[in-house]
Amino acid sequence: MAKKEYAFYPGCSSQKGASASNYLVSVESMCKTLDIKMTEIPDWNCCAASISYAEAGNLPRHVLNARNFALAADNLPGQDIVATCAACWLGARESKERLEHSSVLLEDTNTALKEAGLNIKVIPEIKHMVEVLIEDLGYSELASHVKKPLAGMKIAGYVGCQTNRPFGIHGESFENPMYLDKLIETVGAEPTPYDQKVTCCGGALAFSEPEKAQAQIKDIIESAYDSGADMVVTPCPLCQANVEVYQGQINKRYGTKFNIPVLYYSQLMVVAYGGSAKDAGLNGQVIRARKLEDLAGK
Amino acid sequence: MSDMNQQMTTRYKNNFLKEIEQQAEMGDWVKMCMQCGVCSGSCPTNFHPGWAHPPQEIFMMIRAGKRDEVLDSQSMWMCTSCYNCYVRCPRKLPITHIMHGIAEYAYRLGRAPKGQPTLHLSKTFWNNCTKSGRTNEVQLTQTLYFKDGIVSGIKKALVMQDVAIGLVKAGRLNIMEALGGGHKCKGAKGIHAMLAKARELENQRKGRAA
Repeated sequence: MAKKEYAFYPGCSSQKGASASNYLVSVESMCKTLDIKMTEIPDWNCCAASISYAEAGNLPRHVLNARNFALAADNLPGQDIVATCAACWLGARESKERLEHSSVLLEDTNTALKEAGLNIKVIPEIKHMVEVLIEDLGYSELASHVKKPLAGMKIAGYVGCQTNRPFGIHGESFENPMYLDKLIETVGAEPTPYDQKVTCCGGALAFSEPEKAQAQIKDIIESAYDSGADMVVTPCPLCQANVEVYQGQINKRYGTKFNIPVLYYSQLMVVAYGGSAKDAGLNGQVIRARKLEDLAGK
Repeated sequence: MSDMNQQMTTRYKNNFLKEIEQQAEMGDWVKMCMQCGVCSGSCPTNFHPGWAHPPQEIFMMIRAGKRDEVLDSQSMWMCTSCYNCYVRCPRKLPITHIMHGIAEYAYRLGRAPKGQPTLHLSKTFWNNCTKSGRTNEVQLTQTLYFKDGIVSGIKKALVMQDVAIGLVKAGRLNIMEALGGGHKCKGAKGIHAMLAKARELENQRKGRAA
């Protein structure tokens, strides 16, 4: 039997062929090493993310998340829900908080859910994958599996917004959370002193207001270079994509020469645990992480 | 102006604060603002054009009854949902949600600025993800590029082609999604039914004609 079992909420971006598919690949390898069993919530749906606020309104958004709660509680009773995506985690936690706070909202939600043949009684706990690692397993357990320390690699830990605010990781400050730096140390690399670790990448506005978002992304990348980092690491799929894929456009706009790899924490862990570049999803980088690929190939 | 705008103007007369409290999500927090300005100083978009009124100013304008100026403003649409204002507010106002709530209400009234790009994204995203129950990233991007017609869409796509090629090479852009392939929920029908019911209930609770 696996050490830990969870109801897994992978989210849209991590699906095969989607923008964070490399995240999922690395999480699956990481969980195998750590003996974590993740069972996908059957037929889970999109959380609607923050950006749908204007069209969705209030109740429809919570009902959408509540469908996942009902499916998890019915099919995987007693298991906490684990999301890998910051937006999925935030959306689900927000809905849980609102539904537990208001009996009117809960009643309306159940009335709507009935149309889909569902009902919620108890809402499971909702965790980000990082919380599973830090709180349920702990840094020393995570370190005990390291076979190939990422010695000599300098990494800027970009925490971003939605895994940090408004809920954040328990015990961490909003202004200077340390968990990502600690994870970087756990795999044997060196976290750099990084000014922009909680700066917003523009989120969904990278689509609707690209110039404004790219101005923010430029600061985030510049600061990573200034800190002496070889690469950036993040726990959020949108942070990852925004900071990685627009570097070419930012170079054109500002005359910079950015070309810095942007990884997920889980990819670092898989390489440190002795996994191959493929296990770590390193073939999914738009800007290749050569140092990690070399280490994984050794 | 829309019927709903007229309906609400008649109902609330000159009491715009009451209107926001009852109609906008988290609007009942607006009166708690003490005008310290921490939210404004914390906003990552505060140096960008279009950000005419920072949150604390919007809150005071609501209290001052400046209905047209608030509802027609671009400012709420600048929110990136970073939650910096939210965690720093000394009076614990859920500012991110209040800004979303005011923006959403302006949209329902037909008052949101014409062609507002983030409103367009919000509509597109919600319609995209609720259609099959899961987001189709390729169709989402296509809809966004081609919102102003084919010529402008092709231009935008050309500007973005390096980004797209990079993602395809990395296996992170599934061309089949353009044709309606990719992942979706089996229970999409149930999802549509429950969301229709949710919309109906929300309108009832807020005393709005459906």
